[in-house]
Amino acid sequence: MKASYFAWVRERIGKAGEEIAPPDSVRTCAELIAWMAGRGEEYAYAFENPQIIRVALDRAHARPDAPIAGAREVAFFPPMTGG
Amino acid sequence: MATIRVQTADFDPQAEAEALTAGRRDVGALVTFTGLCRDEGGRLAALELEHYPGMAEAEIARVVAEAERRWPLLGVTVIHRSGRIAPGARIVFVATAASHRAPAFAAADFLMDYLKTRAPFWKKEHGLDGRAGDWVAAKDEDDRAARRWDG
Repeated sequence: MKASYFAWVRERIGKAGEEIAPPDSVRTCAELIAWMAGRGEEYAYAFENPQIIRVALDRAHARPDAPIAGAREVAFFPPMTGG
Repeated sequence: MATIRVQTADFDPQAEAEALTAGRRDVGALVTFTGLCRDEGGRLAALELEHYPGMAEAEIARVVAEAERRWPLLGVTVIHRSGRIAPGARIVFVATAASHRAPAFAAADFLMDYLKTRAPFWKKEHGLDGRAGDWVAAKDEDDRAARRWDG
């Protein structure tokens, strides 16, 4: 699946996005965040505070317990500060 | 029929407001809100607004659809800028048209509360000292404001 990163999540990881291939055992957004955090030092830094990371699946907000199966695009970002 | 735009360019609030009511005889109330970039007591050189292209427009459309479900609106315009914005410049515009003022006021208020907490935009501060500063932290008061509309 295609992963995109925004704001300080993007800065901490050091790139705007990439292809990721989580194993089948990763089923929810919360599990995906935990898996991402284990991908290396910069990911551990970006996801060190998993409860504040927001996830979008196919460009719509998703809750931590939402299943990721079937999603083509996932995005990780901090709480929004627009407006 | 709502107008939703995410753009780097500035916008003209007067022209946008007039476009919402042009040629209509049923609009009795037009509420407009324009959000500007503050200088935060003189320390800010600019705000940098990052957004999630594609999702930003889609999420604003979902928020507008929710407003149209809650209130009898005759027109809605939402414009949100991205990129580098200097103090004093416009960032966001919301306009709502309705037959009467109560739904127009309420929907505009609702739209701004929901845009702040749901639309994928992030602000980074650039200080006058030339350093790229910090990402603006989300405010609990914005979450509380958005929750006013629950239930």
